Parts: sequence; structure tokens; C-alpha cells
Amino acid sequence: MADSFSIDSKMSGRRRFLVAATSVAGGVAGAGIATPFILSMMPSERAKAAGAPVEVDISKLEPGMLLMVEWRGRVVWILDRTPAMLASLEKVESKLADPNSEKNQQPDYAKNRTRSIKPEILVVEGICTHLGCSPVFRKDIAPEDLGPDWLGGFFCPCHGSKFDLAGRVYKNVPAPTNLVVPPHTYLSDNVLLIGAESKESA
Amino acid sequence: MSKQNNSFLEWIDKRFPLISTWKEHFTEYYAPKNFNFWYFFGSLALLVLVNQLITGIFLTMSYKPDASLAFASVEYIMRDVEFGWLIRYMHSTGASMFFVVVYLHMFRGMMYGSYRKPRELLWLIGMAIFFVLMSLAFTGYILPWGQMSYWGAQVIVSMFEAIPFIGETLHNWILGDFMLSDAALNRFFAYHVVTLPVLIVVLVFVHIIALHEVGSNNPDGIEIKENKNPQTKIPVDGIPFHPYYTVKDIFGVVVFLIVFCGIIFFAPEMGGYFLEHNNFIPADTLKTPDHIAPVWYFTPYYSMLRAVTVNFLWIDAKLWGVFLMVAGVAIFCFLPWLDRSPAKSIRYKGPIFKFALALFVISFFVLGWLGTQQPTPLYTLLAQVFSVIYFAFFILMPWYSKIDKTKPEPKRVTK
Repeated sequence: MADSFSIDSKMSGRRRFLVAATSVAGGVAGAGIATPFILSMMPSERAKAAGAPVEVDISKLEPGMLLMVEWRGRVVWILDRTPAMLASLEKVESKLADPNSEKNQQPDYAKNRTRSIKPEILVVEGICTHLGCSPVFRKDIAPEDLGPDWLGGFFCPCHGSKFDLAGRVYKNVPAPTNLVVPPHTYLSDNVLLIGAESKESA
Repeated sequence: MSKQNNSFLEWIDKRFPLISTWKEHFTEYYAPKNFNFWYFFGSLALLVLVNQLITGIFLTMSYKPDASLAFASVEYIMRDVEFGWLIRYMHSTGASMFFVVVYLHMFRGMMYGSYRKPRELLWLIGMAIFFVLMSLAFTGYILPWGQMSYWGAQVIVSMFEAIPFIGETLHNWILGDFMLSDAALNRFFAYHVVTLPVLIVVLVFVHIIALHEVGSNNPDGIEIKENKNPQTKIPVDGIPFHPYYTVKDIFGVVVFLIVFCGIIFFAPEMGGYFLEHNNFIPADTLKTPDHIAPVWYFTPYYSMLRAVTVNFLWIDAKLWGVFLMVAGVAIFCFLPWLDRSPAKSIRYKGPIFKFALALFVISFFVLGWLGTQQPTPLYTLLAQVFSVIYFAFFILMPWYSKIDKTKPEPKRVTK
């Protein structure tokens, strides 16, 4: 060990320059060869190509019913809200973290109280914005475990986050933001397209 | 030993330092003579590591790392492969027992001050092993691709999304997809059977080399190297590791194997603690089980993750939760520099340390239990209280360990 230090101290300027230049070149080569390996772990072309929009027929959806569909491997909920459910949205607003959907978790056309295009039909990704669990649809009013103020909504069993019937997050729960509303549009009265805003852009 | 044998050993020894290595690490490695029960767990951890490596190799022969085949291939191992059930239960029970012995091994270090100078680096290498062990447990639990595999991984991987700016890219890079899918299962398999086992074997080797450099601590927390026989230069309180401690450790191994076999044959699922009930259901990407909790060894940290429910400063609750959970593990690394007590071992430390350590152990168990339960407002509050106690044990240590009333350490090891 002592030897290498004494060589160090005797290093001429020329040798020091060569050592530095070799180290830099070696470092660049190291970073260069690491690049393909790191990039090989990004989503592949096949993974990128998957995820086409899905068409959903909602003619059989009845008020109060929740339909689950899969889009890009994620669960998307389609909920037909009853008038009572819609009325609850206003009542819970004081307990919500972002009642006006200020944070960018939805397309502009869903930035309203019901967070939807048609007031009664909610289209939202069923993935908790906390850590990715899928919350449970709890339409029962004032159940024992959720307290007397519960007017229906979504409850995440993993970490206890609560969302109202428009997917808006309650205050003081682990989830930071409202549930995500995916881009969607109505191709006809009863056919919903999830994942794109028009047939062409899909 | 016959003459022929001797010359063969000589032949080897001229080409490889066999005899000197054997002496340095076995017959002439002098360990304190007062080791007690708590000193079994290092060698037991090594035993479990070997168990995991061997059973793991045999499991890879029948397992398929493919999202559409993985679950069925594990059931195939359990039902159709000769003794597959035994090998798989040895591996799954081994995972839980690995944490049992490692937690006891770490607790031993905390009691007797084994992290203190000159063993700081030894402690840090041990922490690195602990991190790799946690990664191994996590990647291994994903492989059966059951409901808990899927949703547990979903939760852990989503944590990376909480990192500002790069979170989403990092998340996709880790998964190799935009969501948890076959690509992730395939690469987690690669980590579990190649990358992490190689890392842990190297780290365990380095851990032992570092231990034999500084020498073992002991229940009295005094340095036996400071009191050597002037003629032989051997510590007067030291005895050769072989045969004294090899024999002692073999006794520990026998007792351990009795317990281990008892679990494998009579309670391999341990009532859902070692193998969770929901993991006997194939992964369903559309539905989270009503009750999800990690395996028991992660639950204390999992409780911390969900204890944070308020946004604080400019950082939201989610990121704080992730931060707290990581800190809950990483904070052990700072122990060597947090402890300012003049005494190393709990035997000579004062009442404040004993009280603090007891509170810490209680909070570890309570957090662990809470992590297995559904979150209710009361449980969340409890998790918050005990998380504070857990961290207070570490953060306040520089002060309470200093003012604590210690007893004088002895010159020689005691019984």
C-alpha cells in the first residue's frame, strides 16, 4: 500500500495526465456499455404496441351497477350512478381533499363535480392513487367499518384510502390525489370507447 | 494422518494457502469463551442460506417464470413432482426462518453493542446483507403469481412512482411494461435466482472476513484482544473456534432442525403467516383481495408506510410513507454512531437503555401485528404512536445513552 502512495507522490505531470485521461476514457466506455443493458429493461416495442382503446357496450348497465373492464392491463370502472348517489357528491365535498378536481387527474371534459361526460356515468381507473391496489366499491350507506358519515364510494383495503362516488379522494387518507379518469368518449348512446377521445385518434 | 496424506497436503499448500486459511478461520480463530444462546443465530443464518440455495436450485428445475404458467407450475411442484412439496416447503419455510434467525442475530448485536467500534463496518456489511435478503424475499414471493404475489408487488413497485420527476419512468423501467405483467415476473425471477443470490453469498463471505479481522464481540462487550497471554499472544479469554464453537453450533443446528422440520411437516403455511391464504388464488389483475398484508417479516415496515396520512411540508403523505418505511430499515445503519454509552453491552448499560430497548422491541412487535390487520382509524393511530416510539429509540439515543448510569465493565469476561 505504502509503495503505491510513494509512486503517486513521485508522479510526473505527464504520467498524471495519462492516468486521468485513461480513467476518463475508461469511464466513458463503462457508461457506454452500460447503456444497452439499462435500455433493454425499458418497456419493449411489444409492450408499447399493446394498449389499444377498448369499446364497451353499456346498454345492460343498470343504475347503481358497477362494470369492470380491462384497458392496458388496468381495471377501468364504469358506474351508473343513481340520483341518490349523485346527490351524495355535494354532501361529502367538505371532507374531500380536491373536490374541484384541480389536480390534473382527468381530461378537461371530466373536470366537473361528477367527473364525467354524462352526469350519471362515471368512467374511472380502479387503481388507488396511493400504491396501486384496486379499491372496493362500497355503496352501502353508513356501514359499521366506515362510519356513520359514509354515503357510498370506494374504499381501498390495502391502506384505507377513501374516495367518493366520483372517485374524489377524502382528506387525511394515504392517497394523494383523485382517481384517474382515462380518456374516453361515447361512440353512440350505449357504446363507450375507453382509451381515446375519438375513433380516429385511436 | 498418514505420511502420504501429509505430502498431499504439502503439495496443495505450496500452491494454495489451505492449512493457513483453515488455521486462521477455524483452529486458530480465537472467539470469546463466554458465548451464550444468542450466538447461535449467525451460524444458523448460514445454514438457512445453504438450505435456500440448494432447495432453490431444485425448484428452478420445475418452475416456469411466465405469467400464464407460473401459478400452475408451482402447483405442479406441489402435486406431481416427487418430493416437490417437501423441497418447496423447505424453501418457503426457510424464507421465514431466515428472517427469524436474522432478526434474532440483529437483536443480539443491539443488546451486546456488537455494532460499536471496531465493528462498525461489520455491522454495515450485515445491514447490506439484510437489504439483499429483503429483496430476495420480495422477488421470491412474486414468483408463484398468486393474488398476494401480484398485489404485494403492485404496492411495492408503486412506491417508486412516488419519487418526484423520475418516478414514472423508473417504475416502467423496473417493470419493463406500463403495469405489472409477464415482463416483470420474468426479470424478478432473474434477480431472485441469479443476481441476488450471488450478491448475498459474496456479502456473507465479506461479513465473515470482516468479523475475523476485528474478532467477535461477546455478552460482556469487552475486547478480549486487549488481554493476551504474553508468551502465546493468544487472548486469555479466547478459545479456538474449532472444535469448541463448531461443536456448540452443531448442537444449535440440531435443535433448529427439529423446529424447522416441525414447521415443514405440521404447519408449513403457519396459519397464513408463512404462506398467505390469498396466494393460493391465481393473480387476478382486476381485483385486489379484500384484505392484503405482506408476509409477517415485512409487516412492521408496512405499518409505517400506511401510518402517514397527512401531507407535511410540501411533500404529500404517500411519499412520506415510503420515506418512513425505507428509513425504518435504514436507520439501523446509524446505530454505531448513535450509541454514546461508555459501556457496550446491556449488562453494564443503565436503566434508560434497557427501558428504551424494551420499548423498541414492543413497538416492533405491535407494528408487526398492526401490519397484518385491516386499517381502522384506531389502528392507524396506534401505528402512528408506535412508529414514533420506534424512531425515538434511534434518534434520541445520542442523548439518553450518554446520560444513562452505566456500571463499570469488567477486565475479564464473566459467565
